[in-house]
Amino acid sequence: MLTYITRRILYSIPVLIISSFLSFTFVSLGGDPLGQLRIHPNISQETLNNLKYQFHLDRSIPVRYWFWVQDVFEHKLGKSLVTLQPIWPDIERTMGHTLQVVMTAEILALILGVIVGIFSAVRQYSVFDYAFTSFSFLGLAMPVFWLALLLQILFVDIYLKWHVRIFYTSGLNSPHKGAWSLDRLQHIGLPVITLCVISFALYSRFMRASMLDVLNTDYVRTARAKGVPEWRVVMRHVFRNALIPITTVAALNIGAVFGGAIITETVFTLDGIGFYFVGRLQALDVYAVMGYLLVTSVIIIVFNLVADILYGFLDPRIRYD
Amino acid sequence: MTEIEHQPGHESAAVAPPTQAIDGIVLGGAGGLLDSTVEAGLELKARSQWSYARTRFVRHRLAMVSLVILIIIFAIGAFANFIAPYDFSTLDLTNILHAPTTAGKHYFGTDEIGRDYFSRVIYGIRTSEEVGVFVAFLSSIIGLIVGAVAGYYGGWIDNIFMRITDLVLTLPVLAVLLVAAALLGSGSQWRVSLILAGFFWTGLARIVRGIFLSLREKEYVEAAKAAGSGDARIMFRHILPNTLGPIVVNGTLAVAAAIITEAALSFLGFGIKPPTPSLGSLVVSGQSNPQQWWLTIFPGLTILVIVLCINFIGDGLRDALDPQQRRVRA
Repeated sequence: MLTYITRRILYSIPVLIISSFLSFTFVSLGGDPLGQLRIHPNISQETLNNLKYQFHLDRSIPVRYWFWVQDVFEHKLGKSLVTLQPIWPDIERTMGHTLQVVMTAEILALILGVIVGIFSAVRQYSVFDYAFTSFSFLGLAMPVFWLALLLQILFVDIYLKWHVRIFYTSGLNSPHKGAWSLDRLQHIGLPVITLCVISFALYSRFMRASMLDVLNTDYVRTARAKGVPEWRVVMRHVFRNALIPITTVAALNIGAVFGGAIITETVFTLDGIGFYFVGRLQALDVYAVMGYLLVTSVIIIVFNLVADILYGFLDPRIRYD
Repeated sequence: MTEIEHQPGHESAAVAPPTQAIDGIVLGGAGGLLDSTVEAGLELKARSQWSYARTRFVRHRLAMVSLVILIIIFAIGAFANFIAPYDFSTLDLTNILHAPTTAGKHYFGTDEIGRDYFSRVIYGIRTSEEVGVFVAFLSSIIGLIVGAVAGYYGGWIDNIFMRITDLVLTLPVLAVLLVAAALLGSGSQWRVSLILAGFFWTGLARIVRGIFLSLREKEYVEAAKAAGSGDARIMFRHILPNTLGPIVVNGTLAVAAAIITEAALSFLGFGIKPPTPSLGSLVVSGQSNPQQWWLTIFPGLTILVIVLCINFIGDGLRDALDPQQRRVRA
């Protein structure tokens, strides 16, 4: 197991190098990194030349990539070319906010998805099953930005009509309120609901399918034939085995969740990493965009690895060596 | 068409019991087989696997209803220039943010500079269907070729291919698409489609590769080889027909994925740019005018209905073309 993990980690290093080199080349060729500064009236040609030298923009792309890699390790992702500020503090702060939103949404979606999946499978073709099947079909076809916008409009309307503040519709928190206050919850409530609905639709479908698969296995029939009570069959024999695929699905969903975060954070102008990324991309801030891509790629790779390890841990039929 | 009858997958369909309404996606079943032989009396008609598939699809009620709705929506988009009561970009500053009305033929109201919203939405449908169909078509072809070559030959070609798909799996896809659209997009729907297709083909290539990998070991391939068939003939005449089911299903679902992704890119301001109307960028005018509900509801609802229909059609096709994947329960 340990050798497997080590091998996977070692293997992901060249993947990261290649993907970051490709995106670096691409981003560097795609836009003029100094474009924003060039149109600034107070910056002289001399300063620009200085910056060009300082950021090695006069060198070839592989050399610049090498300098960037050094920056990543020595100076925590280096400085932004547009704001000339270090990138890491921004990424650290916004990532913290995003994780708070995303974790809340995913945990909620998993718990609800698993519960609904169990009941949908056990009471297949019941009204309950049909209702949630329809709901998840809607959720899977729903454009994330539209759902976010509908919620935003709805709660703005509620506030304007009845002057009740259930959820705030933009921002991260009111002034002087902390990360774990009710105020924060009111602010992240709608982004959490948006992300949760989308993930819930996926998880409940998978859980239902996975429960039905296990319900039709021979060992479940054996358990029933032995006279094991039905709830015990469901909880002990079916539920535990049906959970295995859902862990993989949830771990592999992380990339989509970050994509969803980009959209919801933009709609709710929430100071998360997705919103930060969109802003930096609009400013064609090469190094900040690279920082975002690198950090999220590492997270996705880690989650892929965790998914595989969990799978081997939960399912004794799978052994890695 | 006739050589498909050797498919291992399709034999199981003939013995599958008639099924109905399995888990809400699956409707209809292999019942058509029995009925038609009974109807024809003693006279047995030869039927190809495609005609079985068609029967199965036609009996999938949800998919058929979705197909009809989708054809209507896409026809409206395709004939937008005949149907639209107004030009999609003509301003009418005396008629700003007008609520939906049948009197002035502003069925979906007007936007913040008085453009007819109904016309804008149906031109947006046209853009979406162009993107969806083009992306699905292109990524299916690339995926098919790459998957076939990688799966059939294996070795280093397969290795390189697998590394590429691994790479795509470790990327935050939406972010990379946004970067690509921001740097290369230039706002045209064809550029955006090319970028989407550049990422979408990997999923299909994986599926095709898997099928080729397993089928190239089958006895009938060995027999074809012994009979002197070349690689190309084996790949395209003997193995390819077995991959058509998954390709059609995934190609259909790719249309929906492309439409919804394009809408998201355009909504964030990196996809299709004005003057071309896109359903995603139309929602933006809803965001800046939250009191005018029609600006948000109509384009968003259109995307939702299109994607929902395509997903149902995809499920229907999956049940019809790929009976092995259908979960038949006793």
